[in-house]
Amino acid sequence: MMSRLKAFGAFWYDFVIGDDWVLAAGVVVALAVTAVVASASSTGWWIVPAAIVILLPLSVWRGTRQR
Amino acid sequence: MGAGALFVAVFLACVVEAVEATTIVLAAGTTRQWRSTLIGVGSGLLALAVVVAALGPAVSALPLGVLRLVVGALLLVFGLQWLRKSILRASGYKALHDEGLIFRTQVEAARSAPSERRGLVGDWYAFTLAFKGVLLEGLEVVFIVLTFGSNARNLPLAALAAGAAVVLVAGVGIAVRAPLARVPENGMKFVVGVMLTAFGAFWSAEGAGATWPGGDSALLILAPAIAAFGLLVIAWLRRRRTALLIGHDAAPADVAT
Repeated sequence: MMSRLKAFGAFWYDFVIGDDWVLAAGVVVALAVTAVVASASSTGWWIVPAAIVILLPLSVWRGTRQR
Repeated sequence: MGAGALFVAVFLACVVEAVEATTIVLAAGTTRQWRSTLIGVGSGLLALAVVVAALGPAVSALPLGVLRLVVGALLLVFGLQWLRKSILRASGYKALHDEGLIFRTQVEAARSAPSERRGLVGDWYAFTLAFKGVLLEGLEVVFIVLTFGSNARNLPLAALAAGAAVVLVAGVGIAVRAPLARVPENGMKFVVGVMLTAFGAFWSAEGAGATWPGGDSALLILAPAIAAFGLLVIAWLRRRRTALLIGHDAAPADVAT
């Protein structure tokens, strides 16, 4: 039973989080910052693109180090 | 969101996943037993239909703000994952997806596995191989269809794009009876990654309360900008890899001199 639960959890982790958890965590942080900034003004649109510019090279760089 | 962009994104994503599923199904069918394999394919498709029937109305019923935040965030994570994988492959850090090699590996494993009959299924191994292949590759497609279709308020078009891709790939697979090794999978993965990332960024930021300058037309800047940035990252990694390889080659000579 426990091994099936573990396999179920591992499947969903792999499905949603994928190869690098940094991407998922970074997206959550970027959206939280966007929500905070957007609640004060409507200029928070740039935060997610800025996060992509940081997260993508960071994640592929981590990928090259894992090999 | 334009209907054309919705169709292209879902169609390409489905082609990529359908090619991978077809390789597994062909390996099971040609080496084991077609009847059990096809029962596995049918059962996998049925399970996917149940997922769509259960999740489809639930996703569509969510308020647009929540839908855009949650689903946009997931699409953004998916898109970045697809981009990451295709960039690592394009720059040589990860082996390209080789359908021919995967087919041969699956065939070898299928040949050595024992045969077992369970109920209506004559060959349980062929059944489970085909079932898992269709279900696991299809789940991501189902998610993309549901999220893109719901956000764009055009689920039928997303389903049509997915259906067209599956019919096309399955048709070619049946015709050639060989893995579809010539499909430029990595290039397609890159394009889908760009689209998922662009739409995910757009919707999730809107869901978080941000307002994009220019409204929907911001996507016309966002998608090409992400594609260009992805290509820049590939170029950077290729140069880095070449420099590392030259460094490796040069090291023994340096020692010798």
